[in-house]
Amino acid sequence: MEHYLSLLFKAVFVENLALAFFLGMCTFLAVSKRIATALGLGLAVIVVQTITVPVNSLIHRFLLDEGALGWAGIGQVDLSFLGLITYIGVIAAMVQILEMLLDRYFPALYQALGIFLPLITVNCAILGGSLFMVERGYNLAESTVYGFGSGLGWALALVLLAGIREKLKYSDVPNGLQGLGITFIITGLMAMAFMSFSGIQL
Amino acid sequence: MDRTQGKLLLEPIVDNNPITLQILGICSALAVTTKLAPAITMSIALTVVLVAASVIISLIRRHMPGSIRIIIQMTIIASLVIVVDQVLQAFAYELSKQLSVFVGLIITNCIVLGRAEAFASKNAPWPSFLDALGHGLGYSVILIAVAAIRELLGAGTLLGVTVLPLIEDGGWYEPNGLMLLAPGAFFIIGLMIWGIRTWRPRQVEKPEYRIHIVHRTEGS
Amino acid sequence: MIATALQPLRAVFALPNDDPRKTVAVALALCLACSVVVSATAVTLRPLQERNAALALKREVVKVAGLAGPGMDPARAFEQIETRLVDLDTGTFVDDADPRTYSYRDAAQDPARSTALGDTDIAGIRSRPDRMPVYLVREEGELRSIILPVYGAGLWSTMHGLLAVAPDGRTARGLTFYEQRETAGLGSEVASERWLSQWPGKTLIGPDGEPVIRVAKGNVEAGSPNADRRVDGLSGATLTGNGVTRLLRFWLGEQGYGPFLAKHTDVPSRRRGGDHG
Repeated sequence: MEHYLSLLFKAVFVENLALAFFLGMCTFLAVSKRIATALGLGLAVIVVQTITVPVNSLIHRFLLDEGALGWAGIGQVDLSFLGLITYIGVIAAMVQILEMLLDRYFPALYQALGIFLPLITVNCAILGGSLFMVERGYNLAESTVYGFGSGLGWALALVLLAGIREKLKYSDVPNGLQGLGITFIITGLMAMAFMSFSGIQL
Repeated sequence: MDRTQGKLLLEPIVDNNPITLQILGICSALAVTTKLAPAITMSIALTVVLVAASVIISLIRRHMPGSIRIIIQMTIIASLVIVVDQVLQAFAYELSKQLSVFVGLIITNCIVLGRAEAFASKNAPWPSFLDALGHGLGYSVILIAVAAIRELLGAGTLLGVTVLPLIEDGGWYEPNGLMLLAPGAFFIIGLMIWGIRTWRPRQVEKPEYRIHIVHRTEGS
Repeated sequence: MIATALQPLRAVFALPNDDPRKTVAVALALCLACSVVVSATAVTLRPLQERNAALALKREVVKVAGLAGPGMDPARAFEQIETRLVDLDTGTFVDDADPRTYSYRDAAQDPARSTALGDTDIAGIRSRPDRMPVYLVREEGELRSIILPVYGAGLWSTMHGLLAVAPDGRTARGLTFYEQRETAGLGSEVASERWLSQWPGKTLIGPDGEPVIRVAKGNVEAGSPNADRRVDGLSGATLTGNGVTRLLRFWLGEQGYGPFLAKHTDVPSRRRGGDHG
């Protein structure tokens, strides 16, 4: 249990996908204008991440890894070059299903997320989560915890930035820096702050 | 090439740059720009994938069922990325080792899917080709500029050749470590946006609130 | 002939785009086309890639062995180096498998050919292969150095490297990391010539057989008492440096090459009566 808690803490704070690995930046910068939208997208990312990381973990273990097809009697086949396309396929399918569900049951949220819902597919954070899972060799339980934790960490960073940007509306920013420019600077400062988590060992 | 076609090609380079105006493709811009050489390789790889994907998707745009269109686009992009990755591993092994993860992450580069979804799936192959090439070049310009600044200020070199001799090697330049960390990349891109928008004021975003300036009259 | 065969296909593609039959047909056609392209590339380029990877490893081995020089062909230089497999538990050479095709990474993934590590996993590698390849470098018949593959967790990634030790088993002849993904510009300096160049001559193992080498925090004063056992830290990358210390201590210790070094070099055995420090 302790092991999983430490894994969760690390995934959320120490190895934050957005601020420590800089993944998923496009969506991160574009959808952080309002806390409400940020919360919606953050939830979507947590859900997608919690599903896709363990699913990809199973696929990696039983289909793609070198010798993974041993159960089918063809253990010498190495399909790991198909990894990228398979993981992204699983992610795209999950996102499309989520899109249909939201359109059907939460049209307001669906409208608010707009083009950024299909863009979850190309959110590096999601693919990055699966790739880290493969690289670190997490088992099924660990990858579920890691998927949830990394999604939560990304959502947390997104909501934090949205909070700062909502306040920022009232400040007098130089013309050229207005909007995107100042957001980059703030994200840089947030990234520096999160770097101080990097020394923590649990 | 008439004027609209030229515009398709040139507009994304400064006036509608994917990174600084459209907020697309930033992740890899941060990750591969600590040195110039991988940034150039990455620019070429991304432009190749982007152009090929746009042309293919534009060719089959009339036969794309709406319900599975994103999966179709992703499959095409992912296949192209795997091909590029395999080619790099076979013919440019050293560079591909430096880039390995980031070549894979081209799949999730928002520019590629963004252009496929927003332009190539609605337009003929030739305009799609120009649009893709323009966006590829716009991405490359920013990437190479950021990489040049980071390598020069962070390590005193360009493409591995010493430009500013470092103090530890007996020179005079104390390298700025912040440039090599990712926050450094954020600051550079932020300042670059400031520069571009000062040059092209049309790109300035309207503030949502204006600070109201109170003019005091004398004696009040 | 072909035209008539294509007739039903054409009929399917003439269907409206949201017809389920067309959706399935398009999906199948796309999968077919993509799988052909991807597999064809992967299969035709694999020999080239494997040659590249093999050559890259040979180049690293030759470099850390100190045989690299201008005009030296790494593949030729590698011919002079003998590759053997070692059973890590007993420390003896084994000859029932071809060391040139043995992959310690595959072995580490296979529970039948590896040992799971519990609390002793200081290198962060989870399980240790039962056998490792070692490279013996001879000069005019005389053993010059032994090259030991080592790996372990850095800050972000697993770092793979090669450690060259002198025939006494205690003194480093060189170290290299050929695979790492540490923070660019900070941790990634573990692979830089400048940092690696201070390793030759360092004392890896103390007189009692205990690994003593450590990557210091900050720079090592030349005259300080343990200067020969300390290596300058990587500025801004303490955790990567700690990773190097831990992985070397693991691989030089009892779970790693300890028994092998005890058998084949001057390093005393710690097998019995040794307490874990």
